[in-house]
Amino acid sequence: MSTTARRIEPDAALTVRNLRVDFGADPVVRGVSFEVARGECLAIVGESGSGKSVTARSLLGLAGANARVSADRLELGGQNVLGLTDRAWRARRGKDVGLVLQDALVSLDPLRPIGREIADSLRLHTTLGAAARARRVLELLDAVGLPDPARQVQKLSGQLSGGERQRALIAAAIALNPPLLIADEPTTALDVTVQAQILALLEQITGDGTAVVLISHDLAVVSHIAHRVAVMHDGLLVETGSSRQVLGSPRQEQTRRMVAAIPADKPRGTRLSLSARAADAAPKPARPATSAVVLEAIGLSKSFRRPDGTRHLAVDDVSFALQRGTTLGIVGESGSGKTTTARLLLALLPPDQGEVRVLDQPWSAASEKARRGRRSGVGAIYQDALGSFDPRWSVAEILTDALGLRHRRRAPQTTARLVTLLDQVGLTAAVLRRRPLELSGGQRQRVGIARALAARPEILICDEPVSSLDVSVQAQVLDLLDDLQRERGLSLIFISHDLGVVQHVSDNIVVMRAGRLVESGPATRVFAAPQHPYSVQLLAAIPRLSP
Amino acid sequence: MAEPVNRRRAVLRVIGPMAARLGGAVFVLWAVASITFFAVRLIPGDPAQAVLGGPGSQASPEALALVRNEYGFDQSVLVQYLAQLGRLATGDLGRSYALNQDVGPLVLGQLGGTVLLAALALVVAWLLALALAAWSTRGGLVAARVGSGLEIVAAALPHFWLATSLIVVFSIWLGVLPPISTGGATGLVLPVLTLAVPLAGFLGQVLRESLLTALESPFVLSARARGESERGVLWTHALRHASLPAISLSGWAFGSLISGAIVVETIFARPGLGRTLLNAVTLRDVPVVIGVVMIVAVAYILMTLLTDAASRLVDPRLRLA
Repeated sequence: MSTTARRIEPDAALTVRNLRVDFGADPVVRGVSFEVARGECLAIVGESGSGKSVTARSLLGLAGANARVSADRLELGGQNVLGLTDRAWRARRGKDVGLVLQDALVSLDPLRPIGREIADSLRLHTTLGAAARARRVLELLDAVGLPDPARQVQKLSGQLSGGERQRALIAAAIALNPPLLIADEPTTALDVTVQAQILALLEQITGDGTAVVLISHDLAVVSHIAHRVAVMHDGLLVETGSSRQVLGSPRQEQTRRMVAAIPADKPRGTRLSLSARAADAAPKPARPATSAVVLEAIGLSKSFRRPDGTRHLAVDDVSFALQRGTTLGIVGESGSGKTTTARLLLALLPPDQGEVRVLDQPWSAASEKARRGRRSGVGAIYQDALGSFDPRWSVAEILTDALGLRHRRRAPQTTARLVTLLDQVGLTAAVLRRRPLELSGGQRQRVGIARALAARPEILICDEPVSSLDVSVQAQVLDLLDDLQRERGLSLIFISHDLGVVQHVSDNIVVMRAGRLVESGPATRVFAAPQHPYSVQLLAAIPRLSP
Repeated sequence: MAEPVNRRRAVLRVIGPMAARLGGAVFVLWAVASITFFAVRLIPGDPAQAVLGGPGSQASPEALALVRNEYGFDQSVLVQYLAQLGRLATGDLGRSYALNQDVGPLVLGQLGGTVLLAALALVVAWLLALALAAWSTRGGLVAARVGSGLEIVAAALPHFWLATSLIVVFSIWLGVLPPISTGGATGLVLPVLTLAVPLAGFLGQVLRESLLTALESPFVLSARARGESERGVLWTHALRHASLPAISLSGWAFGSLISGAIVVETIFARPGLGRTLLNAVTLRDVPVVIGVVMIVAVAYILMTLLTDAASRLVDPRLRLA
């Protein structure tokens, strides 16, 4: 296809030829070309650091004050926008191109009512009066499916649910019907069922004739609504094609890696991270099944006082048992009581009713003094590894402390233990002297796992351990946990809002909603034949690769 | 059935915090009165001397004994302390030893001038800090360096040095402003600047820091993507977020302005609480010292309530909590 042929395409909402962006040093985007037609959804998928967000922001002239953007062509709706003045860009932003960011809690001004934020687009680009703007805002909120707009319009983003405020954010971006909408990780902070709704809304916007560029790190998420997928790696588009082609028969190494990393529907024990060794790629043999219960929750309840004095029942009569060497997945959306359950299991909170027993001994009912000696048997891994470390400590200090060897930190044996520990989580001694901020997200979570393993626990309680990681890094961490379980016979409680992940790692599953256990059983059974309507709804919302 | 319960709960929700505030205020006033009462006793000298015209008056031992008896100085400290608290509780600030005047009207008469000085200084400091922060975050690297340098220098300036320098430059060299307060508006300029500039440096540091954070926020990117201008981003979004910590600090800053007023009122020969306090401490005029300190404490409490209200005005999330 020659350039002249493309130039006469009447439908091209966006044309990008050889886009390059750098911030003084190494280029972040190294020559990217694509176009999007009206009514088409192009997904740009890549890991963090691949340059996808910078690419997206360059399309609005918002790559940053220090960014140097160059391209052979950069056209919005057939008009060149390369080298526009700031004033000319401002006239186009919002009107010719809209932007939707992730997590509207912070992407809408938290101090202003959502209605004001949406009306701003109209105020900046139209001559509508205040009353007309207010009417249009209500229409827009209605169009994005926000229930009862007249009541919601006065609320702050913090007063709305995640899905509601994401709809409001989208309403602000499409207020002027821009022919091009750029959505940068628009569903990343959302629960699966809400994510499915927001994706449906974006699909509807595409159907109305808007060109949509969808930026995501998650292939499964975009596969539902994207017509074409472009895989970005290290500043370049390594593979572009129809969703079916890219996801069904990926040609490039990077793409294959990303497809393999999607956990949903992959049997327990399947490797998610592609390894050079073929032997590693095959499913591992099943582990010896035991029925010895190592941790048991019996009728757990916990309530908290709300600021207005009423009580909120966070966990309501929940019972389950964890068997030795197996993984129990606890799944639920935000507010379902998962994290409170984790804190009860770790005996960081006392239950109002019920009991936690560990290795057939009282755990929650024991005194903290009695528990302290046994705490090494129950380890914990948290979502926010960075926040769980002292930022001034090096990895060596963090792990030495966890090993209880601070008094012998200079001994050669201590260093040897540290290296062994790091080796178990796939890290080398090179990270020992780094501080948490100098590590990548995946490395941090590995250090978090190494810290949890230091005390040689039998039980690991993992609270959203991969939720802040890229899909490919998530795959490595999930594989690591699987290996550790196999090698050390660990028993895992795996808490996540991501049903795809839970499905992949769990032997047994507990589904929680609003503090209650709605369904539990063997993972294979729950996923094949869910009993409770809520489980059915959750399962339907799992991002899967749809060919 | 649920209706009255809810209403009672709503009323409690409003009254509860207010009662807690009031209790806190009473506690602060008691603590201030107590600390001042005992601190003033540490000043060397005889209060009876103060009543009789100071150490230079050479009063007779009989006269001193009479005064001691009349004012209760011969009682134990505890009795004097309780008597003092009792008077304060009924709103009686007592009589000045040295001026033979009721302390209440005396102190209240001086209050206006000092509050005007402090309030103007606070307003000017905010304007200077806002201008500096807005300019230094938008003007690129050089402006950022210059801005932060100016803030540090300003925040470090001592009041007495700044006051003297301003007098030298504006009164003696340029001759445009009076070196002492004459009561007119021009007389206020130098005292206000003396108090405002160091505070502006301090507030500016806080403002610029939080402004930079706000300008990096996702909601600012969203606003820019809507076509908002840099000016619009600053005024509708970023400054509002950035001002919150500085507003909280303003309550504290007001207290420091009142204490700064002691130096400034003395240098510029301005009547006010600061000078009254200084004279009273020199003369060991305990009722006046306690009176001034109590009035300042009340002003400080009111100012804290005011900054609370201002924070609620700027941040609607506080109104919901």
